Amino acid sequence: MISSRVAIIGIGYTPFRTISPDVSFKEMMFEAAFKAYEDAGVNPRHDIDSFVDCAEDFTEGRSIFDIQAPDNIGAALRSIHTVCYDGIGGLIVGYMLIQTGQYKVVAVEAHSKLSNMLTPGYLVTHALDPVLNKPLGYNANYIAGMEMNRYLYDSGATREQCARVCVKNKMNAIDNPLASYGDRITVDDVLKSETTFYPLSRLDTAAPTDGSIVMVLASEEKAKVLAKKPVWIRGVGWCSDTPYLETRPWSEAAYARLSAEMAYKMASIKHPRKEIDIAEIDDSFSYKELQHMEALKLCHKGEAGSLVEEGATEREGELPINVSGGSLGVGWLGEATGLQRVLEIVLQLRGEAGKRQVPGITTGLAQSWRGVPTTTGTTIILSKE
Amino acid sequence: MAMRKVAIVGAGMTKFMRRALETGKELAWEANKMALDSCGLTMNDIESVAVGTAPDAFDMVHMKSEYLTDGTSGWRKPTMRGFVGGGTGVFTVAQGWYHVASGLFDTCLVIGEEKMSSCMPHPQAAFVTCWDQFTESPLQASLLWFFAWEMNRYMNAHGITEREIALSSVKNKKNALDHPCAQLAAEITVDDVMNSEVMAWPVKRLDVSPTSDGAAALVLASENVARRITDKPVWIEGVGWCLDSMYVGQRDLYYPQYVEVAARMAYEMAGITEPRREIHIAEPYDPFDYKELHHIEGLLLCDKGQAPKLLADGYFNRDGNLPTCPSGGLLGVGNAIAASGVMKVAELYWQLRGEAGKRQVPGKPKKGVAQAWGDEMQVGTVVVVGT
Repeated sequence: MISSRVAIIGIGYTPFRTISPDVSFKEMMFEAAFKAYEDAGVNPRHDIDSFVDCAEDFTEGRSIFDIQAPDNIGAALRSIHTVCYDGIGGLIVGYMLIQTGQYKVVAVEAHSKLSNMLTPGYLVTHALDPVLNKPLGYNANYIAGMEMNRYLYDSGATREQCARVCVKNKMNAIDNPLASYGDRITVDDVLKSETTFYPLSRLDTAAPTDGSIVMVLASEEKAKVLAKKPVWIRGVGWCSDTPYLETRPWSEAAYARLSAEMAYKMASIKHPRKEIDIAEIDDSFSYKELQHMEALKLCHKGEAGSLVEEGATEREGELPINVSGGSLGVGWLGEATGLQRVLEIVLQLRGEAGKRQVPGITTGLAQSWRGVPTTTGTTIILSKE
Repeated sequence: MAMRKVAIVGAGMTKFMRRALETGKELAWEANKMALDSCGLTMNDIESVAVGTAPDAFDMVHMKSEYLTDGTSGWRKPTMRGFVGGGTGVFTVAQGWYHVASGLFDTCLVIGEEKMSSCMPHPQAAFVTCWDQFTESPLQASLLWFFAWEMNRYMNAHGITEREIALSSVKNKKNALDHPCAQLAAEITVDDVMNSEVMAWPVKRLDVSPTSDGAAALVLASENVARRITDKPVWIEGVGWCLDSMYVGQRDLYYPQYVEVAARMAYEMAGITEPRREIHIAEPYDPFDYKELHHIEGLLLCDKGQAPKLLADGYFNRDGNLPTCPSGGLLGVGNAIAASGVMKVAELYWQLRGEAGKRQVPGKPKKGVAQAWGDEMQVGTVVVVGT
């Protein structure tokens, strides 16, 4: 009974910076929100019906984070709630709220102040099963190393192909003024950087950055009045696989496949590789980009590595992937990472991506993964029409 | 666009207790299974899951809903956790509502889980980091201080006495005697409350609900599916939620404005114009006895400052004009934060279907309201259900 369409009508963001000692997360949220409301031409005090904030307590370093949310984005004494989920999850909630017919305009916020965190790897350890896994006391990122090993073994992709992903994404990031980690590097640089969690090296791993992103969603009827360049949400999907390390599939990203299947079905997309013009997918570790390309059916199983090697996923290639620079180039933004990917797709579809504009595109896909040790992912499909 | 109707078709909960031996996953599964069994469904019939669980700091599990996925039957399904502090429980029901009302799903499992006992020596410690880091956290304030301010302000504004408020604790703990899952059911007197240890004046030990472990679950379904499952669906007719500013010092605590805003949202959606006449039964949030009265006023079920008088007249008793917390509420059944909110809606579900056993209120109630509250005196979440 989905009878109405939903569009992204406003975007606002702060620059992404590796440290931001001069501002608090509250100020970053305010800046992004202010810009988004300007962009959408709405007043949060009476034009926005509901607000969604995406945050996890431990990442914020505060209990019950939603306490801090309303004031900074103009939502005090209004309908607002948080989701402990990735930013794309926030957009999905906004999409659902508008589809109920009860809400016309919804704002979604996600941010990262990861520079405040001294030991992120050990924080993630607390996400492990407290009875079975946490007592081992490891930095939980070893899980990514194990998964990479298994993925390379099953898919036949090579360590060098993973390194090519880093080279491509960091190169793309040079043209993105928001990116923190743009760089010209070589495959050798990646292979020679120090091993963190074998076979991962330091350069294979996305580094954290700070920033806040706000997006305004609206129903079709509102979007047509408010937005000059609405970007329509054609499909959404989200999924969690098992949290158990002992029983999960280690080489296939089932959560990404299932969330994409849901989104493709909603968007009536039968041949993703042909119908998707541009994709921003999770590359928080280099191999994840390859693994997710396969799970999202943007290529066949075992094909991702060679596609990257051939340059098919470069900005000028047949299927541009992570033109923004991805998390390897832009930086990893915690729960806001998904919104950063959507932001790039929106800028591209609006034709506002500057030097990195890909010409002649109509449909884009953004996908995210919530990071080690989760098996949760989201997919969203956006389109000009 | 006509709103898609959403029904509650099944409910389940675990016993609430001080220290459960089960893990959070197991508690969640127990409530989940009971809810599914109650309507003859299995995990495979569930298309989406809405999870509610309060701060991760309670059991030191980061991204707790990810960890709970097995217990919430969210495995390989769209599963999402909504979070509004203490208001989470009732909000989770609203979250389940928008999953189904959006047209994306025909069924949604709503689950609230809480395991507070892992936090040693007391979950109160988890709250130390929730205040503003510059102006409030350095005070190292206990949550009880904040409640003491609010209770004091409420009493002062209306000239209410501690004894009048204590009656709410007496009523709820007595109601809970009939609840098989209750943790602190008891026959006590106003004197017992008055003589109990002072925690932060005027809050005394028996004014406060216990900390609990437990879980509660509901099965939601769209109209077509609900009619196939049961001939007694309970409809979710209105939902509302609201967060006020975090700067508690800038607000007058005598009245929960945010609850009123959330209630008006829910009443408007439900087409309720005169809540005092149209609502037959209420489950306001009662982590403290004065909070029940405070919230009854916020829900527009009586005039400001009048709740204590009506309570003394027996108006809110199980056989009164407007039974409130017939379950026993948080004071009696227990305060397993997110689970308690879901439990409140589950109680309305059982009451409206006439399945509440010894707790059944007379007169076949047709419309009920459940409400939760949380954060820094800041959140109101409201769900209106009807037959």
